[in-house]
Amino acid sequence: MTTVDTLTTPGRLETALRTAGRKLLVPYVTGGLTDNWTDFIAAYEQAGADAVEIGLPFSDPMIDGSVIQQASDVALARGTTVASILADVAKLRPGIPLVAMTYYNLVQRRGLAVFCAALAEAGISGLIVPDAPLEEAGDLAAAAGQHGVELVRLAAPSTPPARLTEIAERSRGFIYAISLMGTTGVRAELAATAGQLAADLKARTDMPVILGLGISTPEHAAEASRYADGVVIASRIMREVLDGATPAEVGAWLATVRTALDA
Amino acid sequence: MTAVHPFAFEAPLPDSSGHFGRYGGRFVPEALIAALDELTVAYHAAKKDPDFLAEYDRLLRDYAGRPSRLYHARRLSEQAGAEIWLKREDLNHTGAHKICNVLGQALLTRRMGKKRVIAETGAGQHGVATATAAALFGLECVIYMGEVDTERQALNVARMELLGAKVVPVTTGSRTLKDALNEAFRDWVANVDSTHYVIGTAAGPHPFPALVRDLARVIGAETREQFDGLPDAVAACVGGGSNAIGMFHAFVPDPTVRLFGFEAGGDGADTPRHAATLTGGRPGVLHGARSYLLQDAEGQTIESHSISAGLDYPGVGPEHAWLRDTGRAEYRPVTDTAAMEAFKLLCATEGIIPAIESSHAVAGALSIVPELTAALGRPPRIAVCLSGRGDKDVSTAAHWFGLLHDQ
Repeated sequence: MTTVDTLTTPGRLETALRTAGRKLLVPYVTGGLTDNWTDFIAAYEQAGADAVEIGLPFSDPMIDGSVIQQASDVALARGTTVASILADVAKLRPGIPLVAMTYYNLVQRRGLAVFCAALAEAGISGLIVPDAPLEEAGDLAAAAGQHGVELVRLAAPSTPPARLTEIAERSRGFIYAISLMGTTGVRAELAATAGQLAADLKARTDMPVILGLGISTPEHAAEASRYADGVVIASRIMREVLDGATPAEVGAWLATVRTALDA
Repeated sequence: MTAVHPFAFEAPLPDSSGHFGRYGGRFVPEALIAALDELTVAYHAAKKDPDFLAEYDRLLRDYAGRPSRLYHARRLSEQAGAEIWLKREDLNHTGAHKICNVLGQALLTRRMGKKRVIAETGAGQHGVATATAAALFGLECVIYMGEVDTERQALNVARMELLGAKVVPVTTGSRTLKDALNEAFRDWVANVDSTHYVIGTAAGPHPFPALVRDLARVIGAETREQFDGLPDAVAACVGGGSNAIGMFHAFVPDPTVRLFGFEAGGDGADTPRHAATLTGGRPGVLHGARSYLLQDAEGQTIESHSISAGLDYPGVGPEHAWLRDTGRAEYRPVTDTAAMEAFKLLCATEGIIPAIESSHAVAGALSIVPELTAALGRPPRIAVCLSGRGDKDVSTAAHWFGLLHDQ
């Protein structure tokens, strides 16, 4: 499918990340996970996050591991919908950009353009759809571009070189580099594949490259930021939140990641 | 024999990107794209490789027991007021058409140099078939099965373990078939270098819908040769849709042959408890392809319900979605009750205990007799895919008909 990316100038997300002047910290929260879920966004910002990824929960999250699936199930059982999350987000005025992450079916169910317009209206700058690879994302990229939403593309360690180039060209906001062949989850070590993928992407583009999947400690984050422009941290935080951690507690831990990234 | 091998047949669809019209495609994580490309290359090369085709044929004949018989069910026909022929897929080794798919995919696994196979299973039939092929080929085998299903189908778990497979109960989500699929995809992403994912139906990301169809295509190709002339209609049950697409495909170019797919209507397609995706669903994306999907207004998957575990799935293969929209095939729901009545009727009239899945096809065939008779001005001749045998379902049937008085 041919793609018309109408978004040709850097949007709020890309601009913020390019001008941060430091290694990038992008923590994740599952939308609607708790009553006070938006307090996590505020706590992340205070702890030094450069952007926040908000998960719009789907019943069948194929790329996610057990923690994010559990968080999704909990949020859905609370009656969370895309509309309820966007309504919550619209009340916020964060100083950092927000990125939605969800699966293709939730996007197509509302209609690609309607969905992207709703994101923009709620103040969300970017969108990550991990089950929409290059071949299937053309229409979505066009809809996102029309509504000023930056469609973040994902690259994996198994992605061949020519495809990496195309992903780097098409991605908006940043490039999400999947650090390992696997699903989201807490892991003991940073994957060996992370550095190579980040380097391969950096050689192709000046777009920010952010590593995600399995980044679970300040040490992982510091190591990853030697190869990439920053990190996404999701499962490690959601594990704590599922176990009852407050926004302040998660924020305090995240501040240690900030410190490690800045060291 | 046909000039073109059923597996080697070059179909006009899907297109090179795996689309059947607006359906199909590859809605998968980037990490799987390279493996799907590798599989696509191996599959297209195998179609043109005489050695591959010869070995596949030898396995189908000597191991699976093909060709399967086409049997004129005279007593059932009398009751139905039609001429009904049963394509006896129940007589295959392991008791269903699914052996054709797993033998082909096991050959491809070996061709790709992989040593491990994984599969999802609902009732356990595809798991048993995969474990069988893995044993035959000496491959490591892991089967993902919803925890609820491992309890409902403990005997099939034992069968898989006897065949050397490891069965992993899936405890996420609704703990049924769709969650087993999610878990199998997760395993595949993590182990894609060593592992082939043997998808059990003509669904999932490209090339699986085409690959599984081509491996099942032998069902209809044989039927077309065995039948005297052409049937007026062909009938099959549809869950994911592998036996149905296998039965239909050789007849798609024959305009006089009507194609009927019968879905699991559960308590009724107008109730919340059914698995009639093409009747009650709407287009969406799940497990790697765009097709019809049981989903709510938000786009969340709705859990399906059917007495038949093999049809109890909220999605359906993308080629069926295309055949539905183009009108070439007709899809109708059959309730649990109607399927079980057909189950009983086939037992009583022909001495054949069918799988409950296949009973949906029999019930559906009986239901279309009046309209076909009216349209043709004579009793219709119908070929029904009897996709599997019912040994696995005896306990369910015994409960349904109240034959187990001590429980």
